[in-house]
Amino acid sequence: MRHWLTLTTFLPLAGVLVLVAWPGIRDDLARGVALVTAVATFIVSLAMLGRFDSGVPGFQLVEQATWVKAANLQYLLGVDGVSLWMVMLTTFLMPVAILASWKVQDRVRLFMASMLVLEAGMIGTFLALDLLLFFLFFEAILFPMYLIIGVWGGERRVYATVKFFLYTMFGSAFLLVAILVLYAKSGSLPGGPTFDVRELVNLGMGTTTARWLFLAFLVAFGVKVPLFPLHTWLPDAHTEAPTAGSVILAAVLLKIGAYGLIRFNLSLFPEASRYFAEAISVLALIGIVYGAIVALIQTDVKRLVAYSSVSHLGFVVLGTFAFTEQAMAGGVLQMVNHGLSTGALFLLVGMVYERTHTRELARMGGLMSVTPWLAGAFLFVALSSVGLPGLNNFVGEFLVILGTLGRSVWFGSIAAAGVVLAAIYLLWAYQRMAQGPVPEEHRHHSDLSLREVVVLAPVLAAILAFGIYPKVLLDRIEPTTAKVVAEVEASSVAAPPSVPLALEVGG
Amino acid sequence: MTPAVDLAPVVPELILVGAGIVVLLAGVVLRRADPLALLFVAIAGVAGAAAASLMLWRWDGGLTVLGGAVATDRFAVVARLILLGVAGLGLLLGHHYFERSGELRPEFYALVLFATSGMTLITASADLITMFLALEILSLSLYVLTGFSARIGSVEGAMKYFLLGAFSSAFFLYGIAMAYGATGSTRLSAVSRALAGQTDSMALALAAMGLLAVGFAFKVSAVPFHMWTPDVYQGAPTAVTAFMSAGTKVAAFAAFMRVFNVAFQPLGWDWTPVLWILAAVSVLLGSVLAIAQTDIKRMLAYSSIAHAGFVLIGMTATGRSGIGAALFYLLAYALMIVGAFGVVMLVSSRGEEATSLASYGGLYRKSPLLAGLLSLFLLSMAGIPPTAGFIAKVSVFRVAIDAGHWELALLGVLASVVSAFFYIRVMALMYMQEPRDEHEPDGSLAPRLALVVPAAGTLLLGVLPGLVTDLLGKASVIRW
Repeated sequence: MRHWLTLTTFLPLAGVLVLVAWPGIRDDLARGVALVTAVATFIVSLAMLGRFDSGVPGFQLVEQATWVKAANLQYLLGVDGVSLWMVMLTTFLMPVAILASWKVQDRVRLFMASMLVLEAGMIGTFLALDLLLFFLFFEAILFPMYLIIGVWGGERRVYATVKFFLYTMFGSAFLLVAILVLYAKSGSLPGGPTFDVRELVNLGMGTTTARWLFLAFLVAFGVKVPLFPLHTWLPDAHTEAPTAGSVILAAVLLKIGAYGLIRFNLSLFPEASRYFAEAISVLALIGIVYGAIVALIQTDVKRLVAYSSVSHLGFVVLGTFAFTEQAMAGGVLQMVNHGLSTGALFLLVGMVYERTHTRELARMGGLMSVTPWLAGAFLFVALSSVGLPGLNNFVGEFLVILGTLGRSVWFGSIAAAGVVLAAIYLLWAYQRMAQGPVPEEHRHHSDLSLREVVVLAPVLAAILAFGIYPKVLLDRIEPTTAKVVAEVEASSVAAPPSVPLALEVGG
Repeated sequence: MTPAVDLAPVVPELILVGAGIVVLLAGVVLRRADPLALLFVAIAGVAGAAAASLMLWRWDGGLTVLGGAVATDRFAVVARLILLGVAGLGLLLGHHYFERSGELRPEFYALVLFATSGMTLITASADLITMFLALEILSLSLYVLTGFSARIGSVEGAMKYFLLGAFSSAFFLYGIAMAYGATGSTRLSAVSRALAGQTDSMALALAAMGLLAVGFAFKVSAVPFHMWTPDVYQGAPTAVTAFMSAGTKVAAFAAFMRVFNVAFQPLGWDWTPVLWILAAVSVLLGSVLAIAQTDIKRMLAYSSIAHAGFVLIGMTATGRSGIGAALFYLLAYALMIVGAFGVVMLVSSRGEEATSLASYGGLYRKSPLLAGLLSLFLLSMAGIPPTAGFIAKVSVFRVAIDAGHWELALLGVLASVVSAFFYIRVMALMYMQEPRDEHEPDGSLAPRLALVVPAAGTLLLGVLPGLVTDLLGKASVIRW
């Protein structure tokens, strides 16, 4: 059995086939098919994890086949320490998201099929090593996500979904042209023109060209991350999406942007990465602080969580562009952690909404006394999200800040301030939601149902486990991130690594 | 010397015209001819023509026959096969459409067959005069088909099409005259040789090139010669629109490529910028103007203008790679535009009035299948994977960048983003709104089955483009 990656990627489509081919399928059966498929995919991905050799920094389990000979297109999948955890995060959260959407009553078959197509697209995006294949998966995600937000979303769903679609399309327009330019230039490689990322890293090109191409890639991934000021689609999309949509958006889709930066921007254009590192770090810092401040003034709890994502993803980008092993590993770890914590927050917000039918913090209160388990779970996740030691976010943020301090004291300090702000907005939100007097209309809500416990338990367990023992993750992440950092550093002829970033870029 | 008469390379056209005459006569002689039997004869004619074209794949005779009038290369074979596929679908859809509206007459099949013969002949024309004849055969048949319904819009569309089409034919003919004046021949190969050897003033040749470009730009509806397109596409009976939107474009582009890559090949430096500009304004204006449309047929018409621009982007890369990319784009375009208009035909079962975008509200509730099919075609037009449209767009952008036109590719990609807006707006209507009326779409099975063909093609070419790229690669050499 050598096709673990292919199996992981396309197994969800088997469920889609069943759903498409069976128009009259009963709703609960459709849910069941989706859940079974997602769980099976998770199990297969566990097998992939088992086969992953943490000692090897490069790509593993590579599958290669000619796809379109005339165009030098390859079907090329491979996994390394970064993509491994992104795939695991996807396959882990997808069953959770499906189970969380058990109460979707409208067009269940279409919903479940969209979720599974989405899963296949996301896994493929993380595993593809052929640039055009990557782009294909990257774009294929759009439509199912568009449907999920637009059909089952909130009141302003159509506006939000069109904005989401156009922002992403706009970014990927530049990406496509940049990919094709790279391909046109790759004719000088010994193996002839190719879209193979592993080959393209050896491509020598002029500094100016590389910088332009870097910017094109940056726009595409910056929209996804989202990097300030390309973030404005995010609050709308997250807020209007149904719970499962928000979970997947926050937990996985945003990571595609961060993943793209690491996989493509850094390894294809190391010199340009260094050149723009300071500017991008500044944008990331603005995102951290701005996202946190805007989250602070939100009255809608879902919007609050959405803005917290802008802030948290700033840490990831900051870590990526600090070019120290600690910061980069911390950034990748933070991608996983944010997926778990924010995913869980969206799940909880959804559960609260199902009871209170409002997302306005002003109209909530006292949930602790009405639904203590729900409120307790919220507090637990909120504490994880603010970086309480012992829970998952702490390690990642700590590594990012530590690694960044090694580069620039200023950057590290501002990032640390973001952590404080996070504590304020999340705990304040918890206070308004769960403490104080109970409004009359919220006196009779029921606490977590069995299904909800099953939804939350694995995520909360993972939050705790990775908080106490992040080594499981880091052992597999570090060889890869160390390699990426080494490659970027190797491209440097301008300055030794010890010079602070601020001085280094200058012009 | 009288040229040797070798008819094998025009057998496809002979079969089509023969079948057309049989249908026409049967309609006159047998007053109550069974429409199904006529449809069968017509389809058989198309299938026969396709088989005859396939035989030409292994043609080992001369490069041209009939005194240099008809080319025998594989480029013509592939273009013919695409056109015959379009014709087959057009016949099936049209049969259903006119049966539903009670306007089914035998002439319909005959006209489609004649138009198709003109389309296939133009792709193989190696002489400007043959090309002009083929162009007129296809145009005249299409003028009549556009006005085939008694509705006022249909007749109006036909009138507009005829008047503007006559203008473009005049341009085309004038261009031929200029070419003859400049080189002393109308044979593409002779024109090319004469131009290659010419060193003095090129004014006449350039005028010829410009006039022919106008004629072709009109037929493929490239901006600024696109004005007729929305009116005609909207006015024509939807099934006819499906046939003509795909057929005319494929045929005219095939001839366009042949003339410019053969006859005007020595002037490549002069015409590449012309195509560059035509491509740029077509993709941009087509995409932007489509946003403002409230009628789906007009929207698709503007989108087809943008698609003409994308094919032109491929054509700016001269030579084999450009032709291959443009051919693939045309194949993908034919699949998705026939499919999209086919769905439109089924949705507007009440007649032509129900083509407003508003009537697509909640289509998913009424018919998940039609909504799904239309989404697939629209996604393909927007260039979202895994569809043929995605691969097609990537191919034309790739060859353009290879040829050094990366600015044009960037423009094209940005235009596709703009165009995505109106495609997804239709999808938003279908999936995210509740139906506004009780009006049900046409539930017939046969046209649905016919639409599965382009749908399957759109998906298949998106996932496994390798199935045809080798073939298209072999067909991308225009020999002369």
